[in-house]
Amino acid sequence: MNIETILFYFFAASTVFSALRVITARNPLHSVMFLVLAFVSSAGIWLLLEAEFLAIALVLVYVGAVMVLFLFVVMMLDINIEKLRKDYLQWLPAGALLATLIVVQMVFVLGDKAASTGMTAVKHASDYSNTKELGRLIYTDYVYPFELAAVLLLVAMVAAIALTFRRRRDSKRQDVRWQVNVKRNDRVRIISMPATKKNEVSGADEAHAAD
Amino acid sequence: MTSLGLSHFLVLGAVLFAISIVGIFLNRKNLIVLLMAIELMLLAVNTNFVAFSHYLNDIHGQIFVFFILTVAAAEAAIGLAILVVLFRNLHTIDVDDLGTLKG
Repeated sequence: MNIETILFYFFAASTVFSALRVITARNPLHSVMFLVLAFVSSAGIWLLLEAEFLAIALVLVYVGAVMVLFLFVVMMLDINIEKLRKDYLQWLPAGALLATLIVVQMVFVLGDKAASTGMTAVKHASDYSNTKELGRLIYTDYVYPFELAAVLLLVAMVAAIALTFRRRRDSKRQDVRWQVNVKRNDRVRIISMPATKKNEVSGADEAHAAD
Repeated sequence: MTSLGLSHFLVLGAVLFAISIVGIFLNRKNLIVLLMAIELMLLAVNTNFVAFSHYLNDIHGQIFVFFILTVAAAEAAIGLAILVVLFRNLHTIDVDDLGTLKG
C-alpha cells in the first residue's frame, strides 16, 4: 500500500464521515462546520488527482466565501430546531433504500475491471503547471463561457443585494432629488396680516409702567 | 492492495451523492440543511469530473468543474438571500409552512 492509497483512504473516510455528520447534526451550525470539513477533505482528494488549482479554489471560494455566507445566515436566523426535527426519521427507509440502490449500482458498474481498463493516469513532470494549463484553455477556447460566468456572478450579486436590501423608513436621510428640485414656493410662505400701530403698543407699555 | 484506480474515486462520489440524497430525505423540513445537501451533491459530481479528467488525461473536465463551482456559488448566494427574505416575512424556514400557494 503506497502513500497515495493511504492518503486517499484517509481523505475519503474524512469526507464520508463529515458528510454523514452534515445530514445528521442536530444544530445547523454543526452541519455547516462539518460541511467545511467535507470540502477541505475533498480538496485533499482533488490534490491526489492532480487538480491543484481546483483544490485551492475549492478551499478559497467554497470554504472562504460560500460556507461563511452559510454561517452568517445560520447565525442570523432564530429557528426552532425541535419543530424542524419532528418526524426526523420518518422517511429514512425510503431514502436509505434509494441511496443503497445508487451505491450498489455504482459498485456493480465500477467494480468490474473492464470499466477502468485503458484509463491509466499519466503522471506529469514536476514542472507541469495545472494552473497554467487551465488558464491557457480558459482564456482561449473557453473565453466566452468564462465571460458569461463572470456576468452570471454579477447578476447573482445584484439579485442577492436586491432581494435582501431593506430601505429604512425612519431614517433621516437626505434625498438629493427633492433638494435639487425644490422651488421657492416650497420654502417661503408669504402671508398677509394686518399691521399693528406702534404708538398703541408703546402707550400700553407706559400705562403699565405707571401702575 | 492494488494502486488507486478510477473506480475508487467514482465510488467515493457515489457514496457522497447517496449520503446527500438521504440527507434530503431526513431534513426535508429544514430548508438550510437542504441547501447544504445540494452543495454536497455538487461536490460529489465535481469529484467525479475531476477523477475522469485525471484518468482520461483530459483537462477539459476540470474546466467544467470550474464552471460548476461558479454556478454553485451564484446559486448558494441567491438561495440564501431568498431564505433570509423568507425568514423575515414568515419567521420560519419549515418547508411545511411554505404552502401558501397551495390554495
